[in-house]
Amino acid sequence: MVVDIKKEIILNHELVPKHEILSEEETQELLEKLGISKKQLPRIYASDPVAKILGAKPGDVIKITRKSPTAGESIYYRVVVKG
Amino acid sequence: MTSGKKNKGAEKMNKSGVTADNNKAVLSIRLPKRYEEEISELPPEEQEKLRKRYFEMLYDIGEAIGMVAAHSISEPATQTTLRAYHAEGRVQLVTTKGLPRLIEIFDARKVPSTPSMTIYLDEEHNNKEAARKIAAEIRETNLEQIMKEDSLNLMEMKVEIVLDENKLAEINMTAEDVVRVLKKNLRNVDVKVEDKNKISLESKKGEVNLRDLQAIRIKARTIHIKGIKGITQVIVEKDGDDWIIRTLGTNLKKVLIMDGIDPRRTKSNHIFEVMKVLGVEAARNLIVEETLKTLREQGVDTDERHVMLIADIMTFSGVVKPIGRYGIAGEKASVLAKANFEETIKHLTNAAAKGEVDDLKSIFANVIVGNLPPIGTGMFRLGLKEDGE
Repeated sequence: MVVDIKKEIILNHELVPKHEILSEEETQELLEKLGISKKQLPRIYASDPVAKILGAKPGDVIKITRKSPTAGESIYYRVVVKG
Repeated sequence: MTSGKKNKGAEKMNKSGVTADNNKAVLSIRLPKRYEEEISELPPEEQEKLRKRYFEMLYDIGEAIGMVAAHSISEPATQTTLRAYHAEGRVQLVTTKGLPRLIEIFDARKVPSTPSMTIYLDEEHNNKEAARKIAAEIRETNLEQIMKEDSLNLMEMKVEIVLDENKLAEINMTAEDVVRVLKKNLRNVDVKVEDKNKISLESKKGEVNLRDLQAIRIKARTIHIKGIKGITQVIVEKDGDDWIIRTLGTNLKKVLIMDGIDPRRTKSNHIFEVMKVLGVEAARNLIVEETLKTLREQGVDTDERHVMLIADIMTFSGVVKPIGRYGIAGEKASVLAKANFEETIKHLTNAAAKGEVDDLKSIFANVIVGNLPPIGTGMFRLGLKEDGE
């Protein structure tokens, strides 16, 4: 039996922070600001449940807004890779 | 060292006196939103003081934070008990705690030694009755657990099973329901209700010998009648205002889509399962949560920041990787750094055979060759302007 979990359940789960795909310009701006190439960013697989829901393709950069116990909110980026 | 905040920098600054330039830098710094809101009521001078203090508490550029994190966690971890925690006479699940659990998390074991779930219920079902009912639904039950006895009837060549009335009532099923499940799972076997709680299994193949009959009997015992596979034990508890169900064994995928539970808060302690179901970011958060929970239980007050750093490193590649020979440490770019950790000879011979080059960018490599490692003041180089004065 294949169980399909609804999108909302995954996206609203306490452990799952907010994920957004950055646009082309935003990505360029970010890389320039940090002075790095895409390769140096942390990765997320295209097959990751959340990346799948967002429809992210390899090469996209995902902006993750985490709730942090120390900083209130912290922003993290991951680049989508094949797999 | 466990506080994660450093006073040395602050002392340094006070001694040297804050220069006008430094002051400007302090004034331009803004605290994280949450703290800004918190101090917005205070008089401006106080606010400035707090902002300055915050700035002073930050790590200096070039601080070896990984190393600070590593020993801030491992030093107190060596002090925690090795023994698993027991409380006799109490109804509770014995889950792995203390150092063994920490090792399990950082080694990224594919399956934890005591997988467990914490299930929260939605508002409608947040009471003892409903919690008990849902717990009974969740628990995996096979035929062996609900029968009184099974025997071979050699006269009629069939297997006879007597079901336990009380246990049937517990899982809210009748003998007919059991027969229906058995029929679905046993091929070539005719299942019938004989008496009130007695069922019989008969092979549909004409000639049956004793061995076939015994095979049917053993197969029937293990058939999964009700509940969610993998969950062997359930306990209903009250946690604050909520009724929760704790389980031994996990199956997050199936529990999350059940009726009556609160899928937002329901969790498993199985990091790989969470990664598969909810993604790598959820796994990262779970590593932080589980590590802190384990440390706090032992009375260790390590700063969250160290644990968050480690969780970020473990999930950097998109999947959870262990810290150690087969994970982070084994995948370092620098040959000397790898050789410094474990299996020195293996790494050195491999590197020699492949003609690898170490560009001496890592801390370990520089310590080995006697250079100033690229941390702290060692991060900076002097440059010379060719056309300068």
